[in-house]
Formats: sequence, C-alpha cells, structure tokens
Amino acid sequence: MSATTPRAVHEIGQPRREPPPSLIAGPLAWMRTNLFNSWISTAVTLALGYIVLRLGFSFIDWGVIHAVWSVPNTPAGTPDPAACRAAHGTGACWAMIGDKYRFITFGRYPYEQQWRPLIVIFLFIGLFVVSGMRRFWRKELALIWIVTLVVIGTLMWGGILGLPYVGQDLWGGLPITLILSTFGLAIAFPLALVVALGRRSTTMPAVRLVCVLYIELIRGVPLITLLFMSSVMFPLFFPAWLPTPDKLLRAQLAIILFAGAYLAEVVRAGLQGLPKGQYEAADALGLGYWRKMIFVILPQALRLVIPPLVNTFIGFFKDTSLVLIIGIFDLLTAGKIAVAEPIWQAYATEVYIVLSVVYFLFCFSMSRYSRGLEREFRTSARR
Amino acid sequence: MTLSWSDPKFRALIWQIIIIGAVGWGLWYLISNTSYNLEHRHIATGFAFLDRTAGIPIGEHLIAYDPAVNTYGRAIVIAILNTLNVSIVTVILVTIIGTAVGIAQLSNNWLLAKISATYVEVVRDIPVLLQLLFWYTLVQTLPVVRQSWNPVPGVFISNRGVRFPTLVWEHAHTAALLAFILGIVLTVIVRRRAKRVQDATGVRPRTWPATLGLLVVLPLVVWAVFGAPFVLDIPARRGFNFVGGGVFSPEYVALVTGLVVYTSTYAAENVRTGILAVPQGQWEAAGALGLRRGTVLRTVVLPQSLRVIIPPMTSTYLGAVKNSSLAVAIGYQDVVSIMNTILNQTGQAIEGIALVMAIYLCFSLGISLFMNWYNARIALVER
Repeated sequence: MSATTPRAVHEIGQPRREPPPSLIAGPLAWMRTNLFNSWISTAVTLALGYIVLRLGFSFIDWGVIHAVWSVPNTPAGTPDPAACRAAHGTGACWAMIGDKYRFITFGRYPYEQQWRPLIVIFLFIGLFVVSGMRRFWRKELALIWIVTLVVIGTLMWGGILGLPYVGQDLWGGLPITLILSTFGLAIAFPLALVVALGRRSTTMPAVRLVCVLYIELIRGVPLITLLFMSSVMFPLFFPAWLPTPDKLLRAQLAIILFAGAYLAEVVRAGLQGLPKGQYEAADALGLGYWRKMIFVILPQALRLVIPPLVNTFIGFFKDTSLVLIIGIFDLLTAGKIAVAEPIWQAYATEVYIVLSVVYFLFCFSMSRYSRGLEREFRTSARR
Repeated sequence: MTLSWSDPKFRALIWQIIIIGAVGWGLWYLISNTSYNLEHRHIATGFAFLDRTAGIPIGEHLIAYDPAVNTYGRAIVIAILNTLNVSIVTVILVTIIGTAVGIAQLSNNWLLAKISATYVEVVRDIPVLLQLLFWYTLVQTLPVVRQSWNPVPGVFISNRGVRFPTLVWEHAHTAALLAFILGIVLTVIVRRRAKRVQDATGVRPRTWPATLGLLVVLPLVVWAVFGAPFVLDIPARRGFNFVGGGVFSPEYVALVTGLVVYTSTYAAENVRTGILAVPQGQWEAAGALGLRRGTVLRTVVLPQSLRVIIPPMTSTYLGAVKNSSLAVAIGYQDVVSIMNTILNQTGQAIEGIALVMAIYLCFSLGISLFMNWYNARIALVER
C-alpha cells in the first residue's frame, strides 16, 4: 500500500498536499503498513499481541520469577525437594536439572570418567563444524572423519592408553544420540551411493529391482518397526557360533539400514538433477562406468544435494530419539529415567523443556547452515 | 550379444548374476540361521496364533471386543482401526492447520507472519517423540474428575480425557444422513449443469437456492418425517469417573495433539513454498481484474500452487501415518503397540514384525496411490 493517493481531477493545478513525513517513513509508517493496515489486520495484531504478551509473561513468571533454582541437601546427602514441592504449579523446578544434568548428559557412564564423553561431544561438534566449511570439502575430509571416529571410539571404550575400559552398556545420554546419528550417516552414506547408482542403472534391470525393493520397503515402514526388528529379530539372524551383537550395535545397524534408503533417494535426486550432457561428455571421453561416476558425475551431483543431505541428517538426529522405545540409553531416555526418580517425578515438564532446547540448538544451527548454503548455491548457479 | 568380456551386455549380465547371487546367498544364509535358531529355541512358526484367544485388554476399540473370547486376529483388526482413526484425524487437522499457518507466514501482518514462522521453525526442530511425551505429561496434569473443566455444557476435560455428549442414534438419523448424501450428489449435478449453461451462454444460473434446499432442507424434512428424535447422551460425574457420552482418552488426545502440532509445521512449509512458486504476475493480473487479496489467493493462486504442494504433502502425510506408530511410547494401542504385546505373549517375533511391516506398507501404498490419482486429476492439462 502506498501512502500517497492519486489526485482527483479538481486538484490538478493545485499545490499537492503531501502526507506528513511520519506516515511515509519511520516506525509509525512501518506500523501502519505492517500492523494496522486494515481493520482485520488491526484486530489480528491486537488479538495476537495480547495472547503473546500474556503467554510470555506467564512463562517468565513460571520459569524465572517463581522458579526454584537450587535446593538444599538433606542430612543424608540427597537433595531435599521441599522448596520445589511448595512452588509446584506456580514455578519451575530448575533445581531438578541442577541435580540431574550430568546423568541426563552422560547417562550411567562412570562418574569420574565423564570427562571422556564430554570430549567426545566436543569432538562431534568440531567434526560437524569442520565438515561444514567449504575449505575442507576435499578428499582429506574422509580421512578427518575416520581419524575422529576412531578417537571417539577409543575415548568411549578406553581399555588402552591407561584409560579404564567402559562397556557399551554403560554409555548413555548425548554421546549416544550423536554416535547413533553420526555413525549412521557415515556408514549409510557409501551404501546409499551404491544403491542410488543401482537404482539409476539402465543396463542391469535385476540390480535396479533389488535397489528399488530395498528403498521402497524401508521407506514404507516406520523406523520403529526396524528398531523392533533389530531388538527381537536380529538375534535370530546370527549363526549360533557368533556371539550376538549387543543392543546398541543392533540399533545402529537398523538406523544404518534406514538411513541408507533415505540418503539413496537424496543422492538419486542429485543424479537426476545433473544435465544429461555431463553423462554424454564423460562417455565421449571414453571413460568407463566407475571413472565416469567417480570423476565426473558424483562430485557434481553430491554438491547439488548438500542442503537436502543436511536436512536428512537433521531428521536422523531427531529420529535417533526413537531408540527410547527399545530401551537404549540416549539423551531422551536419560531424561525420562531422570524424572522416573521418586523425588523428581512431578517435574517432567522442566526436563522436557531442557531436552527440547538441546535438540533445538543442534537442529536449528544445522538447518540455518543448510539454508545459507542453498542461498549461496542459488546465487552461484545464476551467475 | 557375444560371449566376450568386451561386450557391455555380456558384462552387465555377468555382473547381475554375481550381484543377485550374492544378495540371494545372503538372504538364504539369514533364513537358514533363523530357521536353525527357531528350531533350537523351540519357537513356533506360522500364523496359527491369529486364531487363538487374545486375552489382551484393549481400552479403545471401534468394534466390539472381549479379551476373554476374541482372537489375536480381531485384536490386530482393532489395532489397525485405531491407527487409521488417529491417522485420518491427524491428516485432516494437519491439512487445515498447515494451510492456515503456511498462508499466515506470507501475511502482510508482520506480527502474524513472524509468529507463524517462529512456530514452524521451533516445533520442527524438536523430535516428535519428545513432543508426544511432553503432551502426555501435560494431559496427565489436567485436573482430576471431581474438578474437571467444563468449558461448554456437557463437555468435561480432566486427566481421564475429554468427555463429550453423543447423539442417541436412531433410524431417523440414518435416513437423514442418506438424504444428505443424496443431496450432495444432486448438488453436484445441479452445479455441473450450471457450468454447462455458463459455458454456453455466459450467464450462470442461480444455484444457491437449490444447494440450500438439497443440503439443508431435504435432510431436515426427512428427519422431521421420521418424528425428529433428538436425545443427547450427556456425560455426568459419578464418583471417580464419568458415565455416558463419548470419550477421547488422554493417550488419544496427547497423540493427536502431538502429531498435529509437529506435522502441521511440515505442511505449512509445503503450502508456503507452493504459494511462493506461483509467479508474481498471477497475483498482479488477478489484482488488475479488481479481485481482492483473499479472493485472489482462493481462486487464482491456491489452485495453481496445489500442483507444487501435492507431491511434498504426500510425503508429509506418509510421515504422519508412520509417526503415529510412536503411540507405543505413550500407551495408545495402535498396530505397533498391540503387536508388541502379542510378540511378548507368543514369542513369534518374525510373523509379528512381518505383519506390522505389511500393514504399514499397505497404508503407504494406499496414500501414495490416492495422492498420485489426485495429483494427476489437478495436473495442468497441456496440449
């Protein structure tokens, strides 16, 4: 809506009456065009403004003003939740988080050794940041990944270099969430490349059929059924002479199978998005199938699908929380077990809010990154 | 085809034989291990358990069910109906809320646009399982039956779920419903004829009196002819629970709320990108015809953006149906939850998981087929 109106006929020749400058620019004009544009808009603004302010104030009231930030210990050494109980319903009990944050973050990992999973968390974050920087987008990145994942494995298990051994059954919390999603991606990705190429194959219909069956079968069922499969069916698959892998490894296998199918579809979109000329040019150079793919097609196709790949990864990161249902100790499970403790039972909301913030921080930063990348690609494609 | 390694066709054939052989051998190996393990552990095989008495208590069933009499087969049918119930309600609500939020994101009103964008941005970055647990906790903190909220007469909200009045169904209502369906059919015919007349003469005959008569008056008349029965079954407090009326259980309320809140953010993004995909010229052309913004959106932009919206919306719906399997985490008895109980009772993991997967594959296939049909129907008809 422009602030000036066309002049009526009788006004022509008269000096034009301009609206006051405050209605053309400045905060008042901005509010007029963006908040009070019409009577409907005004009503919406007022109603929404009222709701937002009211919710915001009551949240601050609950979460800050009336909140209990810490509680004293009883003589027995356990926290005394009396203050929280008194504030229940009117104020949040953040003291519960203060008491349980290490359990929620690291699970049942031995208390004195928890610096190890802490380093692991930072290693994972560092790995994500490094992978996100375009300066590192070359072959060495694969090496960085392998080295980091090996270091992470060493830190978590221990048993060498003077670190005491910690079994997988004691791992838990945020490292499990990061391990399941990252290892899932790292191992599913090569699988996805092969399956996507197989699905695009024109000369081998039987291979294409196998790939299509795998992708559609996995994408047609919920992840939870695959996780159930890993927990009750995988033990039956293994030969009797082989020790059955533990629950975490089986869940990881299920997540890899699941991620493989979804990543394959993302890669396939990239392969399809490439102009046909690229394939023909590679053929004209006399390159064989694998050289054509490795040197010409995949480097371009993968670059094209980095933003959707990041989005898929965000999905896996959130989906790993489903392992709660088969009883694996990830971040969400740790939070849920923390509130199962009798004295903290009434404060589940607080824990869920904190967990939401953690998940949100990871996912939001990744989605911001992917969106920035998309914009960058669009401008570079236009040039 | 020549039998030489330099013939690509021959090479492809050999590779296919090798790959299919490897995949087949892998499958055979797993199957033989499994059958050995099953035999070794004395686990029964086959689907005979479907005919045995279930003995599983099921809280919510749309068809009659008695755990002491009915079979596992019937329990599974009830589970399928429960999943369908949640899925259909979720998909409908997601469509409505997602469309509204998607349009609101593009609103001229700054506050409305920002709030919708924040909602989408925040909610989609938090795992759906965490959200379900959060809503379930919230539902459980609702007041007890004695102090239940009574927002509208006859509707009670408490930690036992939502109680609402139901109509005592009689033959008159069935007849009125049939009349209403007949009215819809006749209205479509009238509208078609009106369109034909409009195409031929340029003048559209008035259709609203006929529509009103067919859709409202006709069912009312039929209902009145049958004696106009209208008896409500209104819930009432009796001791610690309610009697009468219909009920949405706390699990159902939490599940549907969580799924709708989470999935509608994806639907909103689909709608937003779909609307943005319609060229600006369409808005301007419609505006030049003198149409108002709301009319432009409804009659010009949305129909065109549907073509962009439908394919991603299909996967959003599929995601919602698959996520409904998380019901198992909060104790709503859907397919996965009931099958999990059956697995624990019978020990027949393979048959159970195969059944669940088959059921979800059917759902996925059904939705894909329907959406593909709808997409083909609204596709741009080109010369």
